Amino acid sequence: MSERNGITKAATKSLVWLLILMFGIVGVIGLNKLFGEQKATFVPNLALDLSGGTQIILTPVVEEGKQVLPEQVNQAVSIIRQRVDSTGVSESQINTSGNNIVVSIPGTPDKNTLALIKSSAKLEFRAVLVASAGTKTTVGKDGSKPIKTSTAKPTDKSDLNQVSADLQKKYEKLDCAKSFRKPGQVDPEDKPLVTCSKDLTEKYILGPVELNGNDLSNAQAGTVTGANGAVTNDWAVNLSFNAAGGDKFGTVTQRLFPLTEPRNRFAVTIDGYVITAPTTQAVITGGTAQITGNFDQKSASVLSDQLKYGALPISFTVQSQENISATLGSEQLQAGLLAGLIGLILVVGYSIFQYRSLAVLTVGSLTIAAILTYIMIALLTWRQDYRLSLSGIAGLIVAIGITADSFIVYFERVRDELREGKPLNVAVEAGWNRAKRTILVSDAVSLLAAGTLFVLTVGNVKGFAFTLGLTTLIDLAVVWLFTYPTFRLMAQTKFFSSGHKWSGLELRESTGFGYTGRGQFRVAPQVSSGKAAKASKEAERRQTIAERKASSTQEETN
Amino acid sequence: MSRFSDFGNQLYSGEKSIDFIGRRKIFYTIAAVMLALAVLIPAARGGFNFGIEFRGGSEYRVSASSVESTTAAVDAVHSVKPEVQVNVTRIGNDTIRVQTPTLDEDQSEKVRLALAKSYKVKDSDVASSFIGPNWGADITNKAISGLITFVVLAAILMALYFRTLKMSAAALLALLHDLVITAGIYGALGFEVTPAAVIGFLTILGYSLYDTVVVFDKIRENTLEVEFSETSTFAERVNLAINQTLVRSINTSVVAVLPVAAILFIGAFVLGAGTLRDISLALFIGIVVGTYSTIFIAAPFYSHLREGEAKYVKAAKKVLAKRA
Repeated sequence: MSERNGITKAATKSLVWLLILMFGIVGVIGLNKLFGEQKATFVPNLALDLSGGTQIILTPVVEEGKQVLPEQVNQAVSIIRQRVDSTGVSESQINTSGNNIVVSIPGTPDKNTLALIKSSAKLEFRAVLVASAGTKTTVGKDGSKPIKTSTAKPTDKSDLNQVSADLQKKYEKLDCAKSFRKPGQVDPEDKPLVTCSKDLTEKYILGPVELNGNDLSNAQAGTVTGANGAVTNDWAVNLSFNAAGGDKFGTVTQRLFPLTEPRNRFAVTIDGYVITAPTTQAVITGGTAQITGNFDQKSASVLSDQLKYGALPISFTVQSQENISATLGSEQLQAGLLAGLIGLILVVGYSIFQYRSLAVLTVGSLTIAAILTYIMIALLTWRQDYRLSLSGIAGLIVAIGITADSFIVYFERVRDELREGKPLNVAVEAGWNRAKRTILVSDAVSLLAAGTLFVLTVGNVKGFAFTLGLTTLIDLAVVWLFTYPTFRLMAQTKFFSSGHKWSGLELRESTGFGYTGRGQFRVAPQVSSGKAAKASKEAERRQTIAERKASSTQEETN
Repeated sequence: MSRFSDFGNQLYSGEKSIDFIGRRKIFYTIAAVMLALAVLIPAARGGFNFGIEFRGGSEYRVSASSVESTTAAVDAVHSVKPEVQVNVTRIGNDTIRVQTPTLDEDQSEKVRLALAKSYKVKDSDVASSFIGPNWGADITNKAISGLITFVVLAAILMALYFRTLKMSAAALLALLHDLVITAGIYGALGFEVTPAAVIGFLTILGYSLYDTVVVFDKIRENTLEVEFSETSTFAERVNLAINQTLVRSINTSVVAVLPVAAILFIGAFVLGAGTLRDISLALFIGIVVGTYSTIFIAAPFYSHLREGEAKYVKAAKKVLAKRA
């Protein structure tokens, strides 16, 4: 009797732990929701392919042979996030996926929002070497006089000797009205650059890059404070640099300030176009600078936004842009759920066919697994901002099969033990001892697959790997905390332990075996003598290991 | 009563036994022929049929349209940009998919509006996508590096658990077989290779190895100390293990394939081309081939690798001598 009580106690304990686990998660979410935590939810969020919306994937563009640093990508993400948030779009999601940035926006965003995201510009500061109106020109009085004054090596980044004859020709031929830059073009940072202003009215030869977006910490539009401290109506853009940027800016202005027009101008480029090229009016060493000119409030804000949000450390191109209508999304969700339901019914049907009333345990375990999966996804939606995608749902449906396999492995092991003549309560334990190893190692393989794919892949593959890994862990929890303890409890009922013909554990009517009593083994007469001898030898061998123990414990129980 | 469980009982006792190990030459030949076909037929057909994610281009989906004509889509695209190639596919009941070479943003928006007009739906019912030519390649390169890493890690895990490299070798050979044949079926039948198909493909890895590990665990159990057995040889024990797990293998693959078949059915007949169909198609083929290869290739090959070891040869001689 004592062993029986022990099993009941242990099994009940496992089931209580399962309940604590489930109610614990639900309770944490519920309490947080109750106490005003906005994002705590019981409804999983849906990814774009199910809820509809626009997904834009941006890929970094780098010069050949250069590497993209993860911190550059992360910095770009936070800048793009600022940009999107500044448009008032809520519920947007910006993630990295390898070196790519994935921007997901619900619904169909307006043109401006899209443009803002896609103008994934690279901000650079370069000294102006030559400037003129943006049409075809020649420099100097008599046709094409070289800008270069000598063949000496350039001494600094403002030196006109940097302008080679080729560069000069390119500059003279340049007509800003005609398209002159390839989209996504990357300019070498250490070479001069021939380009136009954003409004295409002026063209330039610029020196190599002096500072870039990383050096700028902030840009704000504001009014100019007059000499006597009074506020004027003139608008300006105030720049703040970080420490390194401030030093560099100081050195550059020191060089530019004494030079003559246009070489005392300092150009700011976004994606190679000059957005502003103010004249240096002082040597600025304090780390803050002010751009003044013919600004009104609007134009000052536009420029400051461009400087602030345009300051991506690297430049990006659009790799794909996908727009999914909400109708299509909900159609796919319905179809996915329908497929899941059909799959579940088929699995339940098959396990009833195979395991008779033992299918109650299969269906119960699958139900528990489904509930656990649902609340885990709700928890992850809240904590990790997880979104369920169509490939995620496919992962969940596939998991039905893999989860059910754990029960099948276990049931078949129990049947194996029964075939060796053990009573059910012993078979349930012995079968478990064998099955749990198999379940552990096979789930470890599954988890390894999910983990590797999750770490090394991108986009949809990641979503799929995530659900696969999650369901594998849930499978382990369910088998340990529900299937095994429940089976132990069921094995104590008369219906199952007597091998009722609907119990799914009946062996009496089978031709090969029957168990005639504890520890005894009967081989059906129609088996050929050689095979029978082999089988009973086999059983004998195994009996010496496990059976003896089993029959002795059984005696205790009785 | 359930004939199937009788069958299981008989397989378990050895009363009924299917000789997998003895017929391995036949299975090897079948596998070699299948592998050759899986390489040759797609090669003869001119390689795989890559989806738009690999080629790059613009794609539109018109949903909930009552207009059935597909030429309307071609006309709509040509009204914006004449003479480009347009592929139109009907998906499910009322969705039309239109694929074109890459269009720029302005053209793309015009095509979208033109399609909405031709198909008499709201502008918002036409979804547009633009896919760069590197997108699919990018996913696939990462997937391949994931695949290689996984295979190496899984081989180490199995070698540690089973205490023999030969099990890893046999399992990986079966895995390779599954991947090549699944890819071959895709290539031979001209199914479109999309990132979703690649996902399905990757899952086959997990499933194929999972299935092999379950059967191998039984083999491990049966062949423990078989060199001291006087009744059966190594090969016989392996064969018994396959037979004993046959009912499990059949039940598991049926249970795994049922939900996948449900997705495939819904995906193919209700939704048409798309994520669900592509994932489930690769999985469906993969599960069937994976279960087959565990029984007919992995286990016989493992026995092949080990039964020649001196201690097993010696034990087998003893057993056979005793029987004779």
